[in-house]
Amino acid sequence: MKASNQLWKEQLREKMPENLAREIDIFETEIALRKQGKLDERLFAETRLRRGTYGQRYDNGQRNDGRKVQQLNFPSGRLTKGPNTMWDAPGMQRIKIPAGGLNAVQLETVAELAEEYSDGIAHVTTRQDFQLHFVHIDNTPNLMRRLAAANITTREACGNSVRNVTACPYAGVCQDESFDVTPYARALSRFLLGHPDCQNFGRKFKPAFSGCSQHACGLTALHDLGLIATKRQNPETGREAIGFEMYVGGGLGAVPYQAKLFSSFVPPDELLPLAQAIARVFARYGEKKNRNRARLKFLIQDLGIEKFRELVFEERKQLPFDPRWTEYIEQALESAEAPSRSPGDLPELVTIEAGERGKEKFNNWLKCNTRPQRQPGYVTVTVALPLGDITANQLRSLADIVRRFTRETIRSTVEQNFAIRWVSKTDLPELYRALDAVGLGDAGSGALVDIAACPGTDTCKLGISSSRGLAAELRKRVSEKSFQSDEAVQKLHIKISGCFNSCGQHHVADLGFYGVSRKIAGYAVPHFQVVLGGEWEHNGSSYGLPVVAVPSKNIPQVVSRLTDRFVSDRRSGESFKDFIKRSGKTALKTMLEDLTRPASGDRSFFSDWGDPREYSLGDMGVGECAGEVVSPLDFGLARAERELFEAQLEFEKGEAEQAAKRALAAMITAAKALVQLENPNIGDDHDRIVSEFRSRYYDTQKFFDPFAGGKFANYLFDAYATSAQSHTSESSRYLLDEAQLFIDAAHSCSNRLETPVTV
Amino acid sequence: MADDSGFLLSQMMEELSVEFQHINVKLLLHEPEPVDLEAIVPIFHSWIQDQVSEDLLLDVASYGHVKAGPGVVLIGHEADYSLDHTDDRLGLRYNRKAVLEGTNQERFERAMRQALLALERLEHEPALQGKLRFNGRDIEIFINDRLIAPNCSDSLNQLEQELRKLLAKLLAGQSYSFAYESDPRRLLGVRIQFGRDFTTVDLIKNIGPAPVEQVS
Ligand code: SF4
Repeated sequence: MKASNQLWKEQLREKMPENLAREIDIFETEIALRKQGKLDERLFAETRLRRGTYGQRYDNGQRNDGRKVQQLNFPSGRLTKGPNTMWDAPGMQRIKIPAGGLNAVQLETVAELAEEYSDGIAHVTTRQDFQLHFVHIDNTPNLMRRLAAANITTREACGNSVRNVTACPYAGVCQDESFDVTPYARALSRFLLGHPDCQNFGRKFKPAFSGCSQHACGLTALHDLGLIATKRQNPETGREAIGFEMYVGGGLGAVPYQAKLFSSFVPPDELLPLAQAIARVFARYGEKKNRNRARLKFLIQDLGIEKFRELVFEERKQLPFDPRWTEYIEQALESAEAPSRSPGDLPELVTIEAGERGKEKFNNWLKCNTRPQRQPGYVTVTVALPLGDITANQLRSLADIVRRFTRETIRSTVEQNFAIRWVSKTDLPELYRALDAVGLGDAGSGALVDIAACPGTDTCKLGISSSRGLAAELRKRVSEKSFQSDEAVQKLHIKISGCFNSCGQHHVADLGFYGVSRKIAGYAVPHFQVVLGGEWEHNGSSYGLPVVAVPSKNIPQVVSRLTDRFVSDRRSGESFKDFIKRSGKTALKTMLEDLTRPASGDRSFFSDWGDPREYSLGDMGVGECAGEVVSPLDFGLARAERELFEAQLEFEKGEAEQAAKRALAAMITAAKALVQLENPNIGDDHDRIVSEFRSRYYDTQKFFDPFAGGKFANYLFDAYATSAQSHTSESSRYLLDEAQLFIDAAHSCSNRLETPVTV
Repeated sequence: MADDSGFLLSQMMEELSVEFQHINVKLLLHEPEPVDLEAIVPIFHSWIQDQVSEDLLLDVASYGHVKAGPGVVLIGHEADYSLDHTDDRLGLRYNRKAVLEGTNQERFERAMRQALLALERLEHEPALQGKLRFNGRDIEIFINDRLIAPNCSDSLNQLEQELRKLLAKLLAGQSYSFAYESDPRRLLGVRIQFGRDFTTVDLIKNIGPAPVEQVS
């Protein structure tokens, strides 16, 4: 695609690490083979995914333009880069940044790539990666070469592999940490990259490090492998030793799982071998066929943590010694970050241009975006990126800034921002001026306005609602009154996912939203499920529960109503999470009830934020039309929703067993509503409903989600098959989430079907 | 014996010359009051509905939330169009992504023509009520490929030579001035200011219609 595509390889030959260069050559050959039809499309898809080269929305070669479905007639015709994925369709390139650590040259490289291969924007993700969108696959080998020359790899950024190893962006400078986890994160990342024991996973595997357990910077609770720095006294020597609390089997996804404690103390020299043993056990025993149960969390759920631990320690004993277990850590320890400027104090007299308004902005920025380091005289500055986006010019300016004020280093954060560490307090006014001059001086990092969102329907194939569109709208509204609002409200977190897959981490937000669709008056309407009371602190240790689905266009009102109510009704010192808990679901649902319906006659509800096209699921639906009518199916699904709501209330009261029973009943109600479309006389016998649901909707794949396949139907089948078993609070909680997803899927299925209606 | 040194020199120059691809043209807009970039989103969607360009138009990406960024981008297969706000200068930008056949001059003309036609369309969009129009005298041209055209004096000289030919036609012999991007990390580019105001229609007329084989 690019005129220079033939030239980069030669140009960069000497500059790339040999292993990365070889890897990229192999990928280029695979591209050539695929083009000649000598490599199967499925195989090719996995191979490109393992290089971080992802598909993007509309890559099946068609797009609903709001009036009709357009066939996208690409020049490469029917050539595909994966099943149903057109060769020429723009894709996404994910770039791994271990522990979020970057230098100035790397920032400049990403800037060049964003400009030359993408649309001028680099996007920072919730896992400290970069993503470039609208990239043509023919350009990816050279894009990768240019990264490799800057010592960055995209290898295993996607696919069933070890993903980016994330870590607190404040590691090494944080006042609360036990010790700096950065070298260990880097060593683990290097050790597991391309490791033979990590090539046969059924799904992805995400590791994360945190320097402490009380803050959320590392979010270890929602990772497959979570490591929290800790110290303990050696009982024999009396000396203090460092190590890690090791957690396993966390994960967000459709049904979030909290990671379980694997070991309360893993010494540093055991970190890599134990991770390797875990990888082996996961590769050997993890599910391979059913993707929906292939994450480590399911293996641990099936085996139990005790058995899993036993298998891992058994495996550990078998591992042949590998000198890299300690070498990599020792090497990483050698390159600790240091300041380039002397420590200092904020100058007493700060002159900020733009008068009082400028001064106020600066003070807000100081308050929100700076954080004292444990090294006196230094602070870490957060650069807030709106929706995680940054332009090529801003990246170059940031490179200049880090050259000027630090030893050329910076980190990306899980809140889709950057952290500049080791800033002398004396330099703060100058640094602020430099950032502000290029549009990076906005205050509000970690505040209500700092909204995280996944790509959603903008570019993600799985997106149901426009998470970025909503985030942009909320940002606009919130920032207008942000600093006038109550202090407790300013600190709330809003996180948005375009679908149940949770890439926007909505489960750990105070106010979380994930995209769902509902049918209103015969039309598909974009909605968000409101998820309240998740906890961001303590490494994301507690997940919110869905309350009610609200049309996308009403979500800003949901936010203002809930925050206003929090300000007026909260008790002294009460957190938002506690306020939500105290309010209870019934009251919350009642509070939002009127917002679950679109404003009468307002057509804007039938399109999503930032997208004027009439909303349609999967971009494949034809315009739907019907009168003001309600089908029995809609009634049935509403009934299922209500039953589930009651189940959630029971769960809240601690009646886990009863809640689980009712959640299953809600699923059966939804299944029955669908079966009734084809067999109005189905009756109430559960065996019959489940069996007919299977034959009519599962076997025929009518219920299949376009991307998740039969996953949600399996929730029903599994729950029904094990209905005689008793439930713990934890398993009941999972079942409630699964029931919600099953009912959401029933709504989606109903949207896809040509439903007969009764007036 | 005939002296062919001039011929040899020009042949050598030809061989050494940069093949300019991935040409970007940005036509700066008159902006009496700040423009709400969101208003452009439905317009670009309607361009996709009607496939108004010879390029295959695919999607719209909105970056209005980013300061001095690409604004709203109409993603195409062969080229992107955007209401670009880079450097806080609002303009209609054409970014040629696919490689083009022909001579450098043909490629520059084609990029310029595509940009002008898109701008003309935008100027006539009823929803904008004439709020967006060419400022009459500022354009920017970049080469979006650092390897074939690094931002150095050699490639700048060659770019300037090509642009002089292009501008002679575009401005029908009227005067203009060049300004350059001094940061070598940025794309090779030139800012051109005309000696007098032109309308979009003037410029379209001057650049002329596409050669027959370019019309799809
Ligand atoms: S949450 Fe859904 S829409 Fe968002 S990026 Fe993940 S899969 Fe895509």
